[in-house]
Amino acid sequence: MRNVLLIARRELSAYLRTMSGYIIFALMLLADGLWFNVFAVPGPGKKSADVLADFFTGSSGITLIGAVFISMRLIAEERSAGTITLLYSSPVHDWEIVIGKYLSALAFFGVFFAASLYMPVLVAVYGKVSPGHIFAGYLGLMLVASAALAIGTFGSALTRSQVLAAVTSMVMVLTLTICWLLAKVTDRPLTEIVTGFAWWGHFDPFRNGLVHLRHVIYFVLVTFISLFAATRVLEARRWR
Amino acid sequence: MIQVEGLTKYYGARAAIRDLSFSIDQGGVVGFLGLNGAGKSTTLRILGCVLLPTSGTVTIDGYDVTKNPHEIRKRIGLLPDTPPVYDEMTVGDYLAFVAQLRGVSGTQVTARVKEVEKTCFLEDRHGDPISSLSHGYRQRVGVAQALVHKPRLLILDEPTGGLDPVQIVEMRELIRRLKGEATVLVSSHILTEISQICDRYLVLHEGAMIADGSESVLANKLGGADSVEIDIVGGVDKAVTASQAVATVTEVTVWPSGAVHTLRITASSDVRASVVKALVSAGVDVVRVDKVQGRLENIFLKLTHGKETV
Repeated sequence: MRNVLLIARRELSAYLRTMSGYIIFALMLLADGLWFNVFAVPGPGKKSADVLADFFTGSSGITLIGAVFISMRLIAEERSAGTITLLYSSPVHDWEIVIGKYLSALAFFGVFFAASLYMPVLVAVYGKVSPGHIFAGYLGLMLVASAALAIGTFGSALTRSQVLAAVTSMVMVLTLTICWLLAKVTDRPLTEIVTGFAWWGHFDPFRNGLVHLRHVIYFVLVTFISLFAATRVLEARRWR
Repeated sequence: MIQVEGLTKYYGARAAIRDLSFSIDQGGVVGFLGLNGAGKSTTLRILGCVLLPTSGTVTIDGYDVTKNPHEIRKRIGLLPDTPPVYDEMTVGDYLAFVAQLRGVSGTQVTARVKEVEKTCFLEDRHGDPISSLSHGYRQRVGVAQALVHKPRLLILDEPTGGLDPVQIVEMRELIRRLKGEATVLVSSHILTEISQICDRYLVLHEGAMIADGSESVLANKLGGADSVEIDIVGGVDKAVTASQAVATVTEVTVWPSGAVHTLRITASSDVRASVVKALVSAGVDVVRVDKVQGRLENIFLKLTHGKETV
C-alpha cells in the first residue's frame, strides 16, 4: 500500500508541475459551466430537479472525455520516457503501479468535482432540491470517472504513444456508449445484454437521485476488469 | 553472488542472447563488452529483473529472477541505457522518491539522498529541475538513483554513453569510488571507456559469450597473434617479400603515408629482430619498429571480427 500511495503522490505532483494538468482541468470546468448555463438551466418553468439532472448528464459526458485525456499519459509516458524501467526494477508489484496511477487520476477528478460543486449548490439555493439528489449525482459521476479512468489506464498500458492510447481508450468508451443506442434497435434477448453493457443506462438513475446497488456494481466491475487487464499487460511486457 | 546457467532470450523469432553461462563473485567491477546488439543490455535487464528470460536460470544471492524477483530488486540498483528520470521533478525530490520506492525508511531518506548527491557530485544541483540538467548530469542522477538504497549489486548499462571526454573520466572516477560499496556490472561498446576500471571482462558477440577474463588474461591468451608495425623508406615490394619469408609471419599488410610506408606484420611470435634483419639485408631502410600491444581494443576487434573463442 505504501508503494501505491508513493506512486499516486508522485503522479499527482506531476499534474501540478506540468501545464497539461491545469489545461485539461480548466477546459473541463469551462465546458461544465457552459453546459450548465446553456442547456441545464434554461427552459420555461423547468423544475430544479430537472435542472440538476441535466447538469449531471452534461457532467458525465465531460467526465468521460476528460478521463480519456487524463489517463492517456499514465503508463504510455513512463514507457516512452524509459522511466517504466525504474518501476520495473524496484521492489514494486505491477498491480501497485497500476493502482497508484489510477488513484492519482481519480484524485484529480475528485478535485474537479469539488470545483464544479458550486453549480448544484446554486440550484439548491435558488430552487428546491434534496442534498441526497446532489450526493447521488456526484456518486454516479465518480463511478463514471472511475470506470473511464480504468479503461484509460488499460489503453495507456497497451502502447507507448499517448495519442494511440487516447484513441484506443476513446474507442472502448464509445463502444460502451453506443451499446445504449444499439439496444433501441435490437430485439430481445439481445436488447437486455446490450443494455447491460451500456454505461448510460446505469448512470441514468444516479442523475435522478437514485442509488441502486446493481448499478454501482456495474461501474465497479468495469473498473476492476480494466485495471486487472492493465496489470496483465504490464506483466506481459516483461516477456519482450 | 550471481549464477547464470544457459540463459537464452528471444525477441520474437530472433535470439538476443543464446545459452549464456557465467558466475560472478561478490566485489569488484565486471565489464560487459560487445558491439551494439551483442546482447549486453538484454543480459543486464534480465539481471535487473526488468525482463524475464526465455529459458535458463539466473540466481542472485541465492534468489531466482523468475521465482523471487522482489527479493532481488531490493538488493540491486539498475541504471538502464537511458537514465530513468522524471523531467518535471527536482533532483532531490526524485532521489527521495526512488529511495522510498526501494524501501529506504522514512527517517533515513534525507540522509541517504544527501550521501548519494555527494558521491555523484550532485550537491549543487539538489533543487534543480531534472529537465534543466545537461546530459552528463542526468547520467549522474541515473547513477545516484541506482545507488540510493545501498544495493549490493549495481548494474550500469552504458554509463559513459554520450558523455564528453571530461565526463567520461569523471564517470570512471565515480565507478572506482563505488568499488568498495557494491559489486558493479558495467557495460560498454567503447572499450577504452571502461578499460581501466574493470577487474574482469565478459565479451559478448551476437548473443554469445566469446571471452571471459581480466585484461591481461585476455591479452595473454591472444598474445600470440600480436603484430609489429615497421615504417620503411622505398622498396615496398622487396620489403613485403622479405618479411613474408620470415618464419611464423602469417600476414603482411602495407599502407602508404607519404614517402614512408607502414608494414603491419602479424606473426605467432615476436618477429621484430628477424624481420628487421631480413629488411636490412634486402636493402630496405627501416625508420621505425613498434610492437602493437595486445590491448583491449585490439583484443576486442580480434574477437568480434575473427569470432575466436578464449
